[in-house]
Order: sequence, then structure tokens, then C-alpha cells
Amino acid sequence: MLQIDIEACIGCGVCEEECTFDAIEVIDGIAVVNEKCTLCGSCVDSCEVGALSIEQKEKVVQADLAEWSGIMIFAEFRHGKMVPVSFELLGIGRQLADQQNVPLSAVLLGSGLGDAARDLVSYGADIVYQVDDPALEYFTDEIYGNILEDVAREQKPEVVLAGATAIGRSFIPLVATSLATGLTADCTQLAIRPEDGVLLQTRPAFGGNIMATIECPHTRPQMATVRPRVMKAVEQDAERKGEIIDYQPKPERLQSKVRVLQSVLEEQDQVNITEGDTIVAGGRGLDNEKGFELIKQLADAVGGAVGASRAAVDSEWIAYPHQVGQTGKTVNPKLYIACGISGAIQHVVGMQSSETIVAINRDPHASIFDVATYGIVGDLFEVVPKLIEKIKERRG
Amino acid sequence: MNIIVCIKQVPDAKDVRLDPKTNTMAREGVEAIMNPFDRHAVEEGVRLKEQHGGTVTVLSMGPPQAEAVLREAVSCGADEAVLVSDRAFAGADTWATTYTLGKAIEKIGPFDLILCGKQAIDGDTAQVGPGLAKRLNIPYVSYVRKITGFENDTILLHRLMDDGYDEVEVPLPGLLTVVKEINEPRVPSLKGKMKAKSLSIKTLNAGDIEADAGSLGLPGSTTQVVKVFAPEFKGERAMLSGTVDEQVEQLVNKLEPYL
Repeated sequence: MLQIDIEACIGCGVCEEECTFDAIEVIDGIAVVNEKCTLCGSCVDSCEVGALSIEQKEKVVQADLAEWSGIMIFAEFRHGKMVPVSFELLGIGRQLADQQNVPLSAVLLGSGLGDAARDLVSYGADIVYQVDDPALEYFTDEIYGNILEDVAREQKPEVVLAGATAIGRSFIPLVATSLATGLTADCTQLAIRPEDGVLLQTRPAFGGNIMATIECPHTRPQMATVRPRVMKAVEQDAERKGEIIDYQPKPERLQSKVRVLQSVLEEQDQVNITEGDTIVAGGRGLDNEKGFELIKQLADAVGGAVGASRAAVDSEWIAYPHQVGQTGKTVNPKLYIACGISGAIQHVVGMQSSETIVAINRDPHASIFDVATYGIVGDLFEVVPKLIEKIKERRG
Repeated sequence: MNIIVCIKQVPDAKDVRLDPKTNTMAREGVEAIMNPFDRHAVEEGVRLKEQHGGTVTVLSMGPPQAEAVLREAVSCGADEAVLVSDRAFAGADTWATTYTLGKAIEKIGPFDLILCGKQAIDGDTAQVGPGLAKRLNIPYVSYVRKITGFENDTILLHRLMDDGYDEVEVPLPGLLTVVKEINEPRVPSLKGKMKAKSLSIKTLNAGDIEADAGSLGLPGSTTQVVKVFAPEFKGERAMLSGTVDEQVEQLVNKLEPYL
């Protein structure tokens, strides 16, 4: 609990201003804390007279903290293929491992893995622990969780990363709870603090309106799931050397109470918008379903895919697989053209890492222009047809 | 079937903003609501009860005001409501939260099924459901979008995956987290509203759930927030000017490398 030393407090109100959560108020010249307090501690640092403190019971620090060393990633293999986020994890994992001067390992689980472990080495893994077993053909939280937990206990990595995919976000919390350690979901930035080797894990919260940096100071491993398509994979190098170890799980660790009867692949509405180099996206400014015809024509002209804001999807002008943003897909194409999209933060977090962003909107104050490389203020129904025409001219 | 549905009161996340200058969360006009995913969990619990009998108990950990969402759930068909509330819970991360909820559930008594929303819209972690299942040592399935059957104490369901869905069976007792596609939550009935108004909500504090004080709230958390800030954008904001034709011409020139 936040302690306020009423003798020391001068009622200056600095803490009240500092508090992000509106949890402190100066009443009758003394700071008073309410139930909104999350114990974030920012007021404690701000108080010039040292009147605030957070009662810290002696934290139980895991005894063997210093013995945990190395960066480990979970490589997701599904339906006979490596999921791309696995290579992105190796990209960020490589950076962290080089900084700490420790090995980068990958845990690869599945059935019929083929050369997948080699691929992981070529993308930066020093060691791959692989289990190729029919029990791993389908994903189950229990078996995948058991094996990752066992390998982590034996190898003692300081950091364990997995993709923030349906699979990663489902079973990594089980592993973290089993290992009695902390976990941060859906990170978009990771860095190691050089002084003490603590992993600083930054992620969006409140639907992307706020960013929070989180650390896991007293337990190991430090675990995080990482948002796909945010980190960059390193260039593949087929000559890279690495060790591939066939890990032998105990038979009882290959049992699951949950049983998968079958795994059904669904048509991803023809185009997968996360893979192309160009996306043309439309929003509320299109007015109706017909407006998307224009977006499709522009997309065809530039050879790109069609994206949409949540407003457009909620209005049923286009199907959900096209949705870009916090509750849709994260994309980072080379070129993103936003037409009639206001630029709500929930949309922006899903496309801000695009190389070049073009915004076309009739409202000069639309926040989409804040992230745009080039902006045109105007009626998209006038601008876009002309743009299509010009592009066709250029491309011959 | 005895069902426990875990629900959370959250600020309506789409309205939350951080003032980049003061680093203060603008909360004016931000409403406290039931986490949207939890509404679907409550609805699914009530539907299962209607088909197979049993009771639905809604459980929430939060400040005393969280009572509002418990009453709302009762108005939508839940039978009992339990609030776990104590100042000692402040600052809890998902690790401390699953500990607390686990202890509360042990106190509530035997259950067949626990339902949770896939994630809360304030923290967006999706970690409490799976973590809670581990605390209780029961099997779980995340991202459930359809329950297709229930026989011999086993639930058949479809779980949403990134590339489609898996058909899964899970023996009870177990825990499921649900996505919005699973159902369309009902609006409260008049009878439900009456019941919600008069129902006395059972409140449990840290002592009642026999929790170890060091495992609660901030002291019991494995993670710590060290910094909160507004997202930054790197847009160059080069606004084009001139007639529409001129602007289009300029733009096409700029986009040359991509065409």
C-alpha cells in the first residue's frame, strides 16, 4: 500500500499531477490516496520531501537467479510449416543474446519436422532442441507446455520468448505459471538493461492507447510473447553452424487430457493482407460498401491487397480478415495507402511500422496525418480515381 | 453443471487516453463496464445451465464498485455472485491475480466448468484464464468459439486458431476462455433485473480466502510496470498542396519506387 507521511507532506500537489491513474488528491493540504492506486510508484519518485513510500515486503528473490543464462525462443511449427514469427523471434533473440554474450536456443515441437531445425539455425539459432513426435501433431496446451517447461528447467535460460499467436498466447501462460515466473503478453519492444541484465518488455495496453514497460526482476526466466510482424528476422544464412539436439521427453509428459480431433484450415478470404508489399485500406470515409470498389481498383492498380479500418468492418462493408489494427491484423508493408481512415489509435498501432504511409482524408485534422509520410487533404472520391488513372499511365 | 464465470470491471478502453505532456490518463467520461469478452462468457454459462441444469456463479476480483458488473451478470441470468475484494490485492499482476482467484474458487466450492473471456480490454494479456487453470490443476482450452456438444462429462468444442479452427474435446472439470463469436449476449430481463437488485453479493477478503499475504497484490507479483507512456509516431507529415491533379502528380512521383 502507498504510505503517506502526513508529517512530511506539504500538500504541494506534485504527486497529484504525476499520478497517471488519478489516484491521489490533495485534501486539506495533505495527499490522500484512493482505490484507483495501482502502486506504480511514479508519485514516490516525484515527491520532493520524501513523504510517499510503498511498503515493500522483502521480495523473495529466486535463489538461483544468476544461474539462468541464455536466450530461448519457442519455434512455432504448424501444418508442416514454420510460422514466420519464429524467425522474427530469432531476429530479436539474436540481438539480445549478442548483447549478453550468451547462446540463442530454439525449442521446436511438432510431427514431421523435416529440415525445420536447420532453418532455425540458418536464421540465427545456436542450439535447437527438437522433439519430433506424433503426440505433437496437433497443438495441445498441456503437452507443448510440459516440454517447454522441462527444457527451460534443464537449460535455465534467462529469457524465454514466444510469438503472440493463438498458440503462444494460449500455452505460454501455463509454462510461466508452472515455472512460477512473470510473463508479459504481446510485446512490441524488447531491450535488456545493461546494468543488471533485466529484460525491459514494452507493450500496448488499453487497446493501444497506452504503452507500458514491464520488468520481471526477481524470478527467472523472464518470459514474453511477442507480437508478430513487429520484430525483424535476420537474413538467412545457409552456412551458419548450430547444434541440433533431439530432446527426449518423458512419456508421461506426452499425455494430454484435452484431445484434438481434427484441425481445420480455413480459407483466409483469398488474400492474406499480412504478406504483401502494398496495402490500400479504406475506412468510414468510404460511406458504403460500394466505396470499397474504388479501394479495390486502386489496390489492383498498385498490385496490393485491400485493408480496412474497424469502422468499415463493423459496418459490414468488408470482411473481418481485411481488418488492420489492434483487434485485427498488424501489418508492415512497404507502402500503406489509407483512404478515408481517421487514424484512431487502434488502427494506427496495426500499421504504423509500414515503410511509407499515404493518407487521403477530407478532414485536415484527422490524426491519420500524424503517422503519414505523405498526406492529401481532399475528397477521396475525387482523388483516388485520378490517382488510379495516373498510376496506370505510369505503369503503362 | 456448476459453472463459475470470472468477470472483470474495466474502463472502456477505447476512451482511455494518456496526455503525452502530463503523462496522466484522461479518465473524464470514461465509463466502467463489464469486460466485453466476459459478457459472452456469462451468456455461454447461462445457456449451458439452461440446457443441462445447474447453477452459474459469477466471480469478480476488484474494488467494491465491481459489484455493478456482478449485478449486471445476474440480471442476464447468473444465479450467484461473489466479489473478492481487499486493498491488499492492489497492484496485482496476472500471477498474483490467478493466485487470488484460485484461492477464492477453492472457497466457493466444487465446480464443473470455469468460463472466462479470452482477455480483458484494459490489460489485453489473455493470461488469467490459462494461469488460473494451472493454479487449479485442471485442463483448459483458449479462444473457444463454439461449444458443439456435452456428454459423459466431456465438452466438445471448436477453438479458434490463427489459420482456422481445431475440433477439441475437454473433460470436466475444466476451464474455457471464449471469443466474441461464441454467442450473442442477451439483454437483461425484467425478472433478472429484479433479482440483481435484491441479490446479496457474497464478499470475500484476503482473510476469507486464507491467502498468503506475500502472494497478493504488488508484493505477490512477478512483474512490475516501470513506465507508462503515450505511443509515439514517426510520421513525416509531408502534406501535399496544389490542385487535386497537382497533388496526385506529386504523390505518384514520390511513390515511383513502389510502382
